[in-house]
Amino acid sequence: MGSTLTLVAFWILFVLVVASALAVVLLRNIVHSALYLVLSFVGVAGIYILLEAEFLAAVQILVYVGAVSVLLIFGVMLTRRGNIRQSNLFNAFSLAAGVVSLALCVLIILALARTPASLPLGSWPVDTVGALAEAFLGPFVVPFEVAAILLLVGIVGAILIAREVKEDK
Amino acid sequence: MLDALLSSWGLPLWAVTTIRALVYLLGVLAFVFLNAIYLIYLERKISAYMQQRLGPNRVGPRGIFQSVADAIKLLCKEDIIPREADKWVFLVAPIVIFIPAIMVYAIIPFGPGMIAADLNIGVFYFLAVASTTTIAILMGGWAGNNKYSLLGAMRTVAQMVSYEIPLVFSILGVVMLVGSLKTSDIVAAQKEIWFILLQPVAFLIYFIAATAEVNRGPFDLVEGEQEIIAGPFTEFTAMRYALFYLSEYTNLLSVSALAVTLFLGGWQGPWLPPWLWFIIKVYIMILLFMWVRWTFPRIRIDHLLQFNWKFLLPLSLVNILGTGIGIKVYQALMTGGW
Repeated sequence: MGSTLTLVAFWILFVLVVASALAVVLLRNIVHSALYLVLSFVGVAGIYILLEAEFLAAVQILVYVGAVSVLLIFGVMLTRRGNIRQSNLFNAFSLAAGVVSLALCVLIILALARTPASLPLGSWPVDTVGALAEAFLGPFVVPFEVAAILLLVGIVGAILIAREVKEDK
Repeated sequence: MLDALLSSWGLPLWAVTTIRALVYLLGVLAFVFLNAIYLIYLERKISAYMQQRLGPNRVGPRGIFQSVADAIKLLCKEDIIPREADKWVFLVAPIVIFIPAIMVYAIIPFGPGMIAADLNIGVFYFLAVASTTTIAILMGGWAGNNKYSLLGAMRTVAQMVSYEIPLVFSILGVVMLVGSLKTSDIVAAQKEIWFILLQPVAFLIYFIAATAEVNRGPFDLVEGEQEIIAGPFTEFTAMRYALFYLSEYTNLLSVSALAVTLFLGGWQGPWLPPWLWFIIKVYIMILLFMWVRWTFPRIRIDHLLQFNWKFLLPLSLVNILGTGIGIKVYQALMTGGW
């Protein structure tokens, strides 16, 4: 596909991601913020597709858009206060927050500038799914299993909490 | 073919790509709309048959134009937005629900070569895109500012997020057999034997989980009309309500098409042309879904979730384990030669 088309798609996605991320922070209604967060996740998935990482894009959609953000919105809706239009408020520390964010921004830009941004030479794997699976169960099997144990601990914890609430009643 | 024709007119590559994408989109839209309109009529006729009624029989021969008349009526109705509603979310929700419903058709192989995008991640793409439907229903349920809508939306989350897990695991059995997520590969692998014979348990799990995913009876708690009116769709009127309704049938069609692709050999079959085989199989699946809907009573939400977590999920895990062992044993038999 033409590189101009890719570039156009990239800029559209860029505007989408950044604008919706800003909306997450700036909007007063926290449910709207959560919905814009979803839009931002979708934009990131789009950028993954542009980088030809389709599997990662699908994971992004399935995990972040389909599950994480749903739970997030769900949580927000359950903690509904009297006036939802004023639920995502600003406090008096906007100056301090601005300084911290600026410092973080500078740090990230510095780190990016110092990283050599060279593409790996040679051919890309056409079938990313198979390559990923072999990497997970081959050289990276220990981190993969550790992450699995972490998830298991999380699940057991959730079940324990649910049980205790039931017994109290 | 289309590419070559367009290129011969001297169009640049990006224009060819765009036009091709638009043609695919129009094709899918036409297929979906025509089928959805017919499915609504079919469902009313079948439910009538099962309940010993006549069903729609006034508009056209045997009432065949009833859905068309309904669609025109819904188009002409006033679009009411509740005063206390969250206006933008309310307006956008019906559109959001329709986007994934259409997008999933990109990977359905309607026949040899008749596939909009033969992605590497095929089936996984379907699952990922379909999972976003939850958000649209949540948006619709929240925005209406109605307690029944919100109740329905919460049920959606509990139900759809839970049933997604056995759905994915049941598909994994098929993917393990084929060794590819591409839908075209999956159909090609079923030339000798359909996967419903090799993976009967996976097919059952898929069928149950898919029924829950598209919110159809006996799992239609999301809009259980005797309890919460129409759930998340309560406050919607006119075309917005129609879009929700339409997306429900679009999803029914797409899960049936995926079931055919995964378990029933896709477009493969003797004598008849492949696309006809595909449509016949899809309609068999749809009739199965409708039969179940009008046969079983609705189950309670806690039973629904218990059934999922304590029965379907362990069963699907056992199925994956069994499939893995089966593949290894088969390989040993083929190479060991005894």
